Amino acid sequence: MNNSKKLIILTVLFTLVVSFVFTNSSVIAQDRLILATTTSTENSGLLDVLIPPFEEKFNTRVDVVSVGTGKAISLAENGDADIILVHARAAEEAFVEAGYGVNRRDVMYNDFIILGPASDPAGISGMEDAGSAFKKISETSSPFVSRGDDSGTNKKELSIWSGVGIESSGNWYIETGQGMGASLNVANEKQAYILADRGTFLAYKADLDLEILVEGDPELFNPYGIIPVNPAVHNHVNYQMAMAFVGYITSQQGQKIISEYTAYGEVLFNPSAIKPENIE
Amino acid sequence: MLMEYIIQALKGAINLIFTLDPEVSTVVSTSLQLSLTSTVLAAIIGTPLGIMITKFDFTGKHFLNTILNTLLSLPTVVLGLLVFSFISRRGVFGEWGLLFTMRGIIIGQVLLILPIIIALVRNAIHDVDEKMYKTAVSLGATGTQQFRLLLSEARYGIIGALITGFGRVVGEVGVSMMLGGNIKGYTRTITTAIAMETNKGRFSFGLALGIILLSISFIINYIIYYFQSGEFK
Repeated sequence: MNNSKKLIILTVLFTLVVSFVFTNSSVIAQDRLILATTTSTENSGLLDVLIPPFEEKFNTRVDVVSVGTGKAISLAENGDADIILVHARAAEEAFVEAGYGVNRRDVMYNDFIILGPASDPAGISGMEDAGSAFKKISETSSPFVSRGDDSGTNKKELSIWSGVGIESSGNWYIETGQGMGASLNVANEKQAYILADRGTFLAYKADLDLEILVEGDPELFNPYGIIPVNPAVHNHVNYQMAMAFVGYITSQQGQKIISEYTAYGEVLFNPSAIKPENIE
Repeated sequence: MLMEYIIQALKGAINLIFTLDPEVSTVVSTSLQLSLTSTVLAAIIGTPLGIMITKFDFTGKHFLNTILNTLLSLPTVVLGLLVFSFISRRGVFGEWGLLFTMRGIIIGQVLLILPIIIALVRNAIHDVDEKMYKTAVSLGATGTQQFRLLLSEARYGIIGALITGFGRVVGEVGVSMMLGGNIKGYTRTITTAIAMETNKGRFSFGLALGIILLSISFIINYIIYYFQSGEFK
């Protein structure tokens, strides 16, 4: 028994020492705001520079939960988030329409791109219309990777297919059900076409044998909106802090941080609450 | 290409450990706090239950044992979903606000390893020499004395059960991700960070975190093994 006691004491001591060495004392009980957002936003690193000034100014802690757009919206509908930052305009409008969200604001935008192998079997390189490019891919039955995960990117892809009246199914259509990064890897292995957000592509670029074939179509515009959860539906949500965050992210300060943020040597997001020429 | 990742990861891990990268240290301490708390709680609940299942006869014992063995193959994501549906704001326990907190993760992790600990303790108790136990009982050992005898005779098996439970929680990602939300500086654990880094395409950083996780697990197991074997001297 003596040794067992020693054993327990030593394990506990080791843990305490490790915890002590590693503990970061930054977590102090404060006001808490739960922000549900998309993986692409968090993975871009933008939130790491955008959120700290807000936390300091309002002495609050912003807890970022990053999931797909579909999941973020359903978290908010359940009342498990205070505010969402997502990119799927139609779904956002339905969310507000149903009364779950209030005071939606445009925050920023970036764009989607169509990637594919350099050999370009469907011959879409340089096309300006995403819909026609998709049409060619399906006509030639060239392999196409879809995320199939109800994310904002997936919703956009499906809306392009339905826009040109094509049913996206068949041997050539591969649904991964996974995130952007994992899907890019699948497309790379299969040398398939894929719709991706620019930020994630830039992060993966070094490991991919895929090229940007179509870009610049207004259809590929990718706007992000911020929506606080309606306190009339979920009375526990931190609505006051959520509105403060809307105010911050659409303010001169917030918009400036967005416009100046670069990763992989490129600007990833363009502010849209305030026009660039009006940002001081 | 693959070798390159592994070499990069090894370098990265060593670098992260020696520079005491603040983000990594927070993640490591969160992981340790969570898995140790969960293991201790599951041990406190599970050990007596494991002993009771072995030592008492009751109807439906076989069925209960089969259920227990079945639960050993419970996928973490399924358990995560189940607990999620209870602690989400729309769930039965929604008003307690447990989702996306450490407590939420601990609930999930305890439920995850409870069957493991009960089943392994059951096996350990089962293996204790029946004759000795009966002799102790015939010599008039009280209930507490019987309990202590069992504990001390089955201690290796019980410690083994706890180590297995700890290993399962420290390495699981489904429950932590779903109930904790991978919140930076709060509920981000080593495993959810690995999942995220992989998503970001930072494979070698993810591998580096994996190496750190295994190193910590190694140290804990080494200490336990050292003291276990020390008892033979």
